[in-house]
Amino acid sequence: MQMLKSETQTQTTAAFLTIDQVSKVYPTPKGDAVVLDNVSLEVKEGEFICVIGHSGCGKSTLLNMVSGLSLPTTGQVRLRDQVITKPGPDRMVVFQNYSLLPWQTVFENIYLAVDSVFPHKSRKTKNAIVDEHLELVGLTEAAKKKPTQISGGMKQRVAIARALATCPEMLILDEPFGALDPITREELQDQLLDIWRQHQITVLMITHDIDEALFLSDRLVMMTNGPAAHIGEIMDIPFPRPRVRSRLMEDPHYYELRNEALDFLYRRFAHEEEV
Amino acid sequence: MASSPLRHSATNPVLKKLAPIARKVLPPLVALTVLLIIWQILCSSPTSNLPSPIKTFNDTYTLIVDPFFDNGGTNKGLFWQILASLERVAIGYSLAVVVGIAVGIIIGSNALLYDAFDPIFQVLRTVPPLAWLPIALAALRQANPSAIFVIFITAIWPIIINTTVGVQQIPQDYKNVAKVLNLSKRKYFFNILFPAAVPYIFTGLRIGIGLAWLAIIAAEMLVGGVGIGFFIWDSYNSSRMSQIILALIYVGVVGLLLDRLIAWISTFVIPEEPKH
Repeated sequence: MQMLKSETQTQTTAAFLTIDQVSKVYPTPKGDAVVLDNVSLEVKEGEFICVIGHSGCGKSTLLNMVSGLSLPTTGQVRLRDQVITKPGPDRMVVFQNYSLLPWQTVFENIYLAVDSVFPHKSRKTKNAIVDEHLELVGLTEAAKKKPTQISGGMKQRVAIARALATCPEMLILDEPFGALDPITREELQDQLLDIWRQHQITVLMITHDIDEALFLSDRLVMMTNGPAAHIGEIMDIPFPRPRVRSRLMEDPHYYELRNEALDFLYRRFAHEEEV
Repeated sequence: MASSPLRHSATNPVLKKLAPIARKVLPPLVALTVLLIIWQILCSSPTSNLPSPIKTFNDTYTLIVDPFFDNGGTNKGLFWQILASLERVAIGYSLAVVVGIAVGIIIGSNALLYDAFDPIFQVLRTVPPLAWLPIALAALRQANPSAIFVIFITAIWPIIINTTVGVQQIPQDYKNVAKVLNLSKRKYFFNILFPAAVPYIFTGLRIGIGLAWLAIIAAEMLVGGVGIGFFIWDSYNSSRMSQIILALIYVGVVGLLLDRLIAWISTFVIPEEPKH
């Protein structure tokens, strides 16, 4: 028992984020609904990980356990060997539907986050942090606007700025660009890569878009279908950085990887309805 | 011939601005005139129990032109009568607002308390306002506090219930944001809970003020004293039907103004509607 414990200890120190044999079971009147079954993943510091899979495969459940919004039924999620039990400012989440407060301006939305995480900093410092991050996502002009007055792409920029303004070690994005038009999506992908490189932050991101995953991530985690989903395959994406979209598209290896991912999603683990 | 006023209004900028206003104002005026004519016809027979509009106006002319007289006792102008009623409503309603919003927020944020109290509130809210009056008189032994209590107990249920719903419907997204940002209880209250619930709270406040005004008229008829409700009852007892009709019109107008007042206040407090 003692040996086993020390063994896992040495095993985990190497990884930044460890998802260790995690299962999630929801009890229902008809019996237990197993959403995730024995998922294990190790993420290195500074890595960019994308998670892909069909709807209902428990991607969001997995992310919620990393963010601490929900807890695993069995297994553990650890960040730097600390078991994650609740949300914390070291792991910031960017939600799919932006989740900005509609009654506050863009500035106030970000300020609320900064004020909550750094309550002891002076008002001037906090204002400066907000301004700096508004500039980072190119929204200085929109500081005084309400979320209802700006476009979807701008809202998602605000959400990213809000998450980054608290200086998290890890950024968790739940299909952040799913609702955006293709042009805005590409812009934001470029912007996210820039931010990731500058901040050397670890990113865990859910996506539905294989091209997005291939362009952004170091590794692509492909989930099998639910119920009782698990990690089917982890694909290394070896393209050198900084990546240029147009050059990537010309790389024959890009299409090999793309076909492999498509094969996984639409042949080996096709959704029942889509067969 | 028929097209000439239309063309006229299109060319003249003043008329162009007035046209939509006229479109709003004229139809209700016409409808009012029609109703008054029907009333006049129905009540113009000498044996009629109720006065016609013209007779009403003639009978109450002195009351209309001088609402500020004060001959002591309950013999006061309509301004003072309405003011006395409004004072009672203001006290009872303000108490209901404070207690109702506080209770609603507590019940709305705690599922156990909600399950415990909601059934009781659902029963109590169906009790008609006047049914509370005997209990209030027995407990408080005074007319005026009893009337105020009736206002309070009438207005509080819609405020509690709507506030509760407002707190319960706070989208999970906002709650998740609060959790991820580790918002303090105080920050959560002022930045998320209250702004998210405030449109619901104001729905409750508007229903509450309407019910409070309904209740005060009835309560005053029973408890007496200066007030528009007792004025109506007093006029009935002295067979001054015209006065009752005038008082009813004033009651209706004041009720409408109270409703609009709350709606107007809400435009300052309620955040802009989020677009979906």
